[in-house]
Amino acid sequence: MVPTAYYLILAAMLFSIGIAAFLIKRNVITIFISIELMLNAVNLTFVAFAHMWHQVSGQIFVFFVMVVAAAEAAVGLAIILSIFRTRQTLNVDEIDLMKS
Amino acid sequence: MNPMPASYLWFIPLLPFAGFLINGTLGRRLPRAVVGTVALLSTALPAALTAWLWATMCAAGAPTSIESVFRPYGYEWIAITGFHADFAFTVDALTLIMLGVVTGVGFLIHIYSVGYMGHEEGYWRFFAYLNLFMFFMSVLVLAANFLLLFVGWEGVGLCSYLLIGFYFKKTSAANAGKKAFIVNRIGDFGFLLAMFLLIAHFGSLGFTQVFSAIAQHPEWQGAQFLTAIALLLVLGAAGKSAQIPLYIWLPDAMEGPTPVSALIHAATMVTAGVYMVARCHVLFNSSPAALSVVACIGAATALFAASIGMVQHDIKRVLAYSTISQLGYMFLACGVGAYAAGIFHLLTHSFFKALLFLAAGSVIHALSGEQDMRRMGGLRTRTPITFWTMSAGVFAIAGIPPFSGFFSKDEILYRTFTSPNPLHIVLWLIGLATAGMTSFYMFRLWFKTFFGEPRVGPHANAHHSIHESPWIMLLPLCILALLSVAGGWIGIPAALGGNNGIERFLGPVFAGPKFEVDTSVMTTYHDLELALAAISVLVALGGFYIAYVFYYEKPGTAAALAERNRRAYTLVKNKYWVDEFYSAFLITPLLMFTRGILELVFERGVVDGSGKAAGAATRGLAWLTRKQISGNIRSYAGWLAIGAAAVIAVMLFGNSLWGHL
Repeated sequence: MVPTAYYLILAAMLFSIGIAAFLIKRNVITIFISIELMLNAVNLTFVAFAHMWHQVSGQIFVFFVMVVAAAEAAVGLAIILSIFRTRQTLNVDEIDLMKS
Repeated sequence: MNPMPASYLWFIPLLPFAGFLINGTLGRRLPRAVVGTVALLSTALPAALTAWLWATMCAAGAPTSIESVFRPYGYEWIAITGFHADFAFTVDALTLIMLGVVTGVGFLIHIYSVGYMGHEEGYWRFFAYLNLFMFFMSVLVLAANFLLLFVGWEGVGLCSYLLIGFYFKKTSAANAGKKAFIVNRIGDFGFLLAMFLLIAHFGSLGFTQVFSAIAQHPEWQGAQFLTAIALLLVLGAAGKSAQIPLYIWLPDAMEGPTPVSALIHAATMVTAGVYMVARCHVLFNSSPAALSVVACIGAATALFAASIGMVQHDIKRVLAYSTISQLGYMFLACGVGAYAAGIFHLLTHSFFKALLFLAAGSVIHALSGEQDMRRMGGLRTRTPITFWTMSAGVFAIAGIPPFSGFFSKDEILYRTFTSPNPLHIVLWLIGLATAGMTSFYMFRLWFKTFFGEPRVGPHANAHHSIHESPWIMLLPLCILALLSVAGGWIGIPAALGGNNGIERFLGPVFAGPKFEVDTSVMTTYHDLELALAAISVLVALGGFYIAYVFYYEKPGTAAALAERNRRAYTLVKNKYWVDEFYSAFLITPLLMFTRGILELVFERGVVDGSGKAAGAATRGLAWLTRKQISGNIRSYAGWLAIGAAAVIAVMLFGNSLWGHL
């Protein structure tokens, strides 16, 4: 049996990669994917702990997170699409209307 | 005639107020005829109502006073725990006389103004202010408590300010307006403090409540708190009625148009102080010290102002100092407890002084704006009606029988002589001297203006430009002249075969031991009264004779006399340097204090400084936070990550950290 720690280390690595991409990448879609990566890293910890404690609630949380992620993807992709239509770019450094 | 319902009282102030609203808002676009009609109607109707009120109150079986309280939907004007004030009017004999003066003389002056102001710019503005004044003055005399009286008091002060500064493009007029307002403020401060003391001691500001409380406590006679209240009220009255030490604003108030000088600064507003003292006679009677102060202030002011009036060259300034002097007489009367005599003089003074001012206005009008008596003369034949009417006024104020001023002034002198005041002989002598001076300076004005050779300067171009005023200005003059002649006959004393009507009429108001005359000593008093009257008539004739010699028979005598007594003449000519004294010892230090300390330290340092510091702090904070709003999504994301990391760090290590603290 694989120890729980391995799952957690894997999840931490995935999460860190997600954060790094989130901070470094300029393309909106890449940033979006990195968010999904972080969400799934968290899902992995949920499943790992549910397995460890023999409790089903962790697994149920994962379903919730997936549903929310799906909804977020729908909305997020729509926003990205409309940004591209109006600005002809997906580079976040150029999307700075809020700059003071 | 049916008695007037008490609720109709409200129309007396409200009609002029409606006139003010119409002329004040629409007047600029209305033709002059409409503005004048509105102004006249809104003062004629209250005058008619006042006449109806007189008929109601004088009818047999009428109550001695009526009251009307305004409580829309049952709401009191001011209702807080421990203190109530109502918007209430009251009418008694005193109010009737004041109301008659205000609406009657006010209406006549409105008629005159239609002619006098006919060519002026800002015609509508003038009548709007004048109507507003009538509103506040009616409120003042009708008020049934100190607070409402104060509303009228402040309101007439405001109108006085607006009308003195009517020609606001002229710096001197604007400054005179400010001076009047600020000097009055000092008096109003005293009035306010008096009201606070009244609330503290009586819990009420109603005339009835306060005065009946005093009447029920004879042991309060001479109590210190009553003296304090009375003296503070005297300060207020001295400001409004131009008495020493606050008289300095009235001569400068002559910068206003002449009808304003007649209405506000001679007949009505300046008498408000006398009215207030008479209204509070219960209070003053229980404070002999305060009464003495009133008498001394009045006598001093009468003499002081009369002496200045003798050497002025501006026709309106002579009348202004004369007004101050006559108000001093009224104060003297109140100060010796002869309130009815004071009110009597107030009444006759309002006739003849309004007449004198209006006639002076007619002279000024005839000479196209010339006010200096050295450039007048010989106007008797050119403006005959003005001459005859003004003569009535001059004879009345000089105290020549049987003109009105004789009776009222004599009543005051007689009451002063017989008063229990320890200084009564001195006060009487001062009053007598003032009577002589009054006669002198009024006949001086009369001779210089109407007799001798015309001395009109070359700038007033041809002589034929001197013209009599239009009938609309002469009509009020004639009516006031009749009143100046006959107005005193209502108060002919018993010694001269009269029935002392005005004193009887005012009896219920000033009821007290003074008015239960002992008939057994009547004859000696009659002899005394006749003797005193004879002396004052002689003094008045003496004043006339000196003026006749100086300014008619041997012109130049006065100048020679002034040359011989150069020092005294310069002193009086410069009005005893009182303005300069105030300026050097009060205004300059005050200005230095405000500019040097208040402005630099407090205004710039504390007020401006705290505002600037708050601004700088906000700006600094904004400078720090503005850095975060870069518009760069990745930097936002970075802050988000750092924040999340910080939250996790606190969750992990916070407990152990706080545990140590």
